[in-house]
Amino acid sequence: MSLLTDKKVIIIGDRDGIPGQAIEECLKTTDCEVVFSSTECFV
Amino acid sequence: MNSVILGASYIMVHAPDMVIHNGSTQTTERTVNPNSEYLKEIKNNLRTFDQVVGYLPNQVYIGNITPDELAKHEMPWFDKPMEGATREGRFGEIMPQDEFILLMQICDVFDLVKLEKEFVTATKAKLMNHPLFDDGLLGRIKEGEELDTIKRFVEKEHAEAIYNNGVLVGCVKRAHDIDINLSGHVMFENLVSKASNVLALLNLVSKNNINKEEIEYIIECSEEACGDVNQRGGGNFAKACAEVAGFVNATGADTRGFCAAPTHAIIEAAALVKAGVYKKVIVSAGGSTAKLGMNGKDHLKKGYPILEDTIGGFAVLIGENDGVNPEINLDLVGRHTVGTGSSPQAVITSLVSSLDKAGMKITDVDKYSVEMQNPEVTKPAGAGDVPMANYKMIAALAVKRGEMDKKDLEEFTKKHGMTGWAPTQGHIPSGIPYLGFCREDILSGKIKNAMIIGKGSLFLGRMTNLFDGVSFIIEANKGRQEEKSAISEEEVKTLIAKALKDFASNLLNE
Repeated sequence: MSLLTDKKVIIIGDRDGIPGQAIEECLKTTDCEVVFSSTECFV
Repeated sequence: MNSVILGASYIMVHAPDMVIHNGSTQTTERTVNPNSEYLKEIKNNLRTFDQVVGYLPNQVYIGNITPDELAKHEMPWFDKPMEGATREGRFGEIMPQDEFILLMQICDVFDLVKLEKEFVTATKAKLMNHPLFDDGLLGRIKEGEELDTIKRFVEKEHAEAIYNNGVLVGCVKRAHDIDINLSGHVMFENLVSKASNVLALLNLVSKNNINKEEIEYIIECSEEACGDVNQRGGGNFAKACAEVAGFVNATGADTRGFCAAPTHAIIEAAALVKAGVYKKVIVSAGGSTAKLGMNGKDHLKKGYPILEDTIGGFAVLIGENDGVNPEINLDLVGRHTVGTGSSPQAVITSLVSSLDKAGMKITDVDKYSVEMQNPEVTKPAGAGDVPMANYKMIAALAVKRGEMDKKDLEEFTKKHGMTGWAPTQGHIPSGIPYLGFCREDILSGKIKNAMIIGKGSLFLGRMTNLFDGVSFIIEANKGRQEEKSAISEEEVKTLIAKALKDFASNLLNE
């Protein structure tokens, strides 16, 4: 059991910070479900 | 021989009414939350033209003060106007909104921009004093329309309204009854991009004594798309801008790649000149109305005025090697490839490791020009100091490569980096804002080289999840070094004398 067990996750990455894909990659080691992932640009 | 950078221009347009009516944050808010406090407050938090001219980062952008001088001033900058600031800069200018609206009409060849009579009369008198506007350009301004005519276009024919000081002064008509690619909104955005590009071209010519007839090719690299229902984004802004700016011997094409496009375009231009296809190529771009006030909600929350109130533009002239101006070294081009990966570390590694080809260390590059966004705009919005984040990543990579001690990380960001000054106009701040200063710094011997990095958020177009980036190196011209190493007249005489002596002794021996 982890903090993310059975959780649905929404990822909003930042183009100049951590992109969504990189966060997704990290979450593969947990048993959560990524329901939405995108990277946004604010500049 | 490598191509060289012969000059660069940078322009801004103060566009407060376009912030309210055309910035995507505001137009979206008007759709989803029309009675929001933000929409009520925004007009009370816009800056005046004088405030925009006196804003320190803007004075850096047009070349009147250097990035190093800006770094000496502590933020916030918006409440510390520069004394004696002028709209004219060494690299370009800051144009007020009313003059720019007339420039939009000058750039319109399809009779889409309709302006109110009195507004035209008052503003044309101002533009007649502008040194870059000759009779040919001023002659393109029409007499003007009655206000009722403009109201009818806006209210009944889907024209995009043009405001100045909160007053309706004109409109951009739709260019087709049905085709959304030619709607009033799209035509407005494209004409703003075209007009700001033309202003950058006019400044480039004027500030660098360029003969317009020598320009053979223009690469336009903004983030807009012009075309119709059968070819959305077919182009071509480049040739359209060249036409208005009077480059009669030029053709051109558009390069796209989000914020990375200008860096791609410079590499293309440098390659075209080096290959001998063209002798003089300009890379240029106008700005974006959609990005005006993009982070406005956060600025107001933090007690800042709306800082994203200017449209940006730039133009860079690339030419054949003249033995003097800084060279673009095409042997050291960095690329983020399809297989690179998306982590920030992977991105920076792919762009900087091009140095390995020349056996150079990261610390061998004197200056890095990355995403040069003004941190006063991005920090209140939670996006942090973007240039600094890039410098820290480059420094960390240098430590990882064993080229620098970890304790020197902060010093690296100061020595090899710069404080950001460019407006958040997407492609405008991406690597390119430093080219004007870079040319001067290399010519004066202050630095010997610099790396320009452009990065682009391709995923925003929903065609790929990939990121993108390219980089190149600018370095001092090797021409003079070659002159030094070349054989002098004295050495030639000595060599000939030795050859004759050897010949004579050979004859004697025979």
